[in-house]
Amino acid sequence: MKTYILRRILYALPVIFGVMLITFVLFFYLTTPETIARQILGEKAKKEVIQSWIHMKGLDKPYFFNTEAPGIRKVTDTLFIDHIWSLVTFQFGNSYQDDKPIMNKIITRAGPSLTFTLPVFIMGLFLSISFSLIFAFFRATYIDKYGTFLCVLGMSIVIMIYIIGFQWLFSIKLKLFPISGWAEGTDKVRFILLPIFVGVIAGLGGSIRFYRTIMIEETTKDYVRTARSKGLNESLVLFKHILKNAMIPILTNAVMAIPFLFMGALLTENFFGIPGLGSFAVEALFSNDFPSIKAVIYIGAILYQIGLILTDISYALVDPRVVFE
Amino acid sequence: MLEYYINDILRSLFVLVIIGGGIYTVLRMNRNRIWHDVFRQIWSVPIARISFGVICLYLFVFLLDSISYPLFKEVNKKHVFVNSRTLLEVIYTPAREESYSAPMAKYQFTDKKMENKGIHPAGTNINGEDVLMNAFKGIKVAFTIGGLTTLIILPIGIFFGLIAGYFGKGADTTVTYVYSTLACIPEILLLIALMNIFGNGVLQLCIALGITSWVGLCRIVRGETMKQKNMEYVQSARALGQSHFRIIFKHILPNVMHIILITSILRFSGLVMAEVILSYLGLGVPPEIASWGIMIDQSRGELARDPMVWWNIITAFSFMFILILSVNFFGDTIRDVLDPRTRVKGVKA
Repeated sequence: MKTYILRRILYALPVIFGVMLITFVLFFYLTTPETIARQILGEKAKKEVIQSWIHMKGLDKPYFFNTEAPGIRKVTDTLFIDHIWSLVTFQFGNSYQDDKPIMNKIITRAGPSLTFTLPVFIMGLFLSISFSLIFAFFRATYIDKYGTFLCVLGMSIVIMIYIIGFQWLFSIKLKLFPISGWAEGTDKVRFILLPIFVGVIAGLGGSIRFYRTIMIEETTKDYVRTARSKGLNESLVLFKHILKNAMIPILTNAVMAIPFLFMGALLTENFFGIPGLGSFAVEALFSNDFPSIKAVIYIGAILYQIGLILTDISYALVDPRVVFE
Repeated sequence: MLEYYINDILRSLFVLVIIGGGIYTVLRMNRNRIWHDVFRQIWSVPIARISFGVICLYLFVFLLDSISYPLFKEVNKKHVFVNSRTLLEVIYTPAREESYSAPMAKYQFTDKKMENKGIHPAGTNINGEDVLMNAFKGIKVAFTIGGLTTLIILPIGIFFGLIAGYFGKGADTTVTYVYSTLACIPEILLLIALMNIFGNGVLQLCIALGITSWVGLCRIVRGETMKQKNMEYVQSARALGQSHFRIIFKHILPNVMHIILITSILRFSGLVMAEVILSYLGLGVPPEIASWGIMIDQSRGELARDPMVWWNIITAFSFMFILILSVNFFGDTIRDVLDPRTRVKGVKA
């Protein structure tokens, strides 16, 4: 087990390195330090101002090989090594927006993201599993038919419409919740209820349909026929046999999503003014704060890899047929 | 003057060739017995027929909006280029107002000649543009983004998927490494970064979406190819001494075609939605092009106005919703027909 996990982590390392390469190409090669400086300081900034800004941020080094530096520093004193080092050590430097350390910002921003995404995740999972069970139980009847129809309907609506529509209905028309904003302590419940509701509803259609497909696929398996031929009634087969086996893909799928809860949801957070990581990314985007975008991308990639590893491990734990090799 | 004509003719021809090529492919596939059967089965589902009809209607408007000719104005006995006029603008020419007007409002303000000569069925937006016209033009943006991106990702995804799945070993390791690296960057963040670098524009958006979304297709094609490669027909083809190239493109490709078709149709709706989300973030198409994303973005504050301005968002939303819904239903039907795994006695999965 330990060697399995260790090897799984070793597999993830080259991918993480690939992400570092991609971010380097995106934020140093395709957007050169000079274009970044121009975007921050404005088009009309003087040449000396731009040069001194680039020097201050340490961006005036060569990309891969520094001919002026002595000895080993010829290779290490370059933009590429600086970039890799800052990511490996999680020292993302200071934000261009307010010159505060990016890492602190990310840590403080992860909290509000979690208070929003965690309830959405748990409620969404619970609701979609229950509904997909109902549809699987009543499969090939009108309940199933119209239920799936509604799911496709729900999937075809862009999340922005859900957000704008529910904001209009609950905040402007019914005046039940504030339209957007944030507060500390227990007062935040007022602000968080509507985003959670929107988040759950928006994701429901797709996930119910996905889980229903898994359940229906399970019903064709041999063990279901065996259970039925033993004379078990349909509900017992469904809840005792099918649900248990369908839980394997469902749970591993859910485990995959857990690390991403830290990342928050870009659009929902932005619309509702939740100061989470999603709105942090949007703010960074609007103010050309490239180090922050880079940091969020890097952390997202690491969380994705953690999700993959957790999925593999949980798969092996739940399903005895999978052996650690 | 001639260059404007050539420009417009080329642009119109490009769209005509693409749509004509699509129709030709479908007709050609129809001659094949298996595909003929598949098409018949799809056609026998009522909801597929309806959604196909709706998609064709959209395609028709798209075609009208794509065929254009240049318009000139005579200034000092010289022809000066004004703009390109599409067939859609010839058929439906609403007057431009000064600001908002409610749905079904009569033409007024700007042009004395046009006054009371017609109505704005869906009202006008803050700039006085006809909302219905903007929604019609949004069709062009949606189809361009969905279609062009699909055209970009199809060759890349199919080629690398086939190569990785068929040859395995080094080729497989390289391809999987590249796409798993791309896949592990959150899609929306990568799109944001790419659009920030490329700048606004339809083509740029297509390239950015292409970079992020070829991964899904490639992964599916690779998996299916790995399954197909061990089948008997591949072994016998190899025993006959056929080249790898021939086996891959002549034998395996037709057998993974159904997966490619399903994936690209179901992805289309995702691409249309992505345009809307990116346009809201100010990273999609430039704001002067009428797209559904821009319309929804504009209407954010309009719902809070008094009296409420609802026609902008409702029109954009209905146009988008109907298209995405039809594509989803049509794609689902195709998947049910083509993918035997999702068919369980009398139950659609």
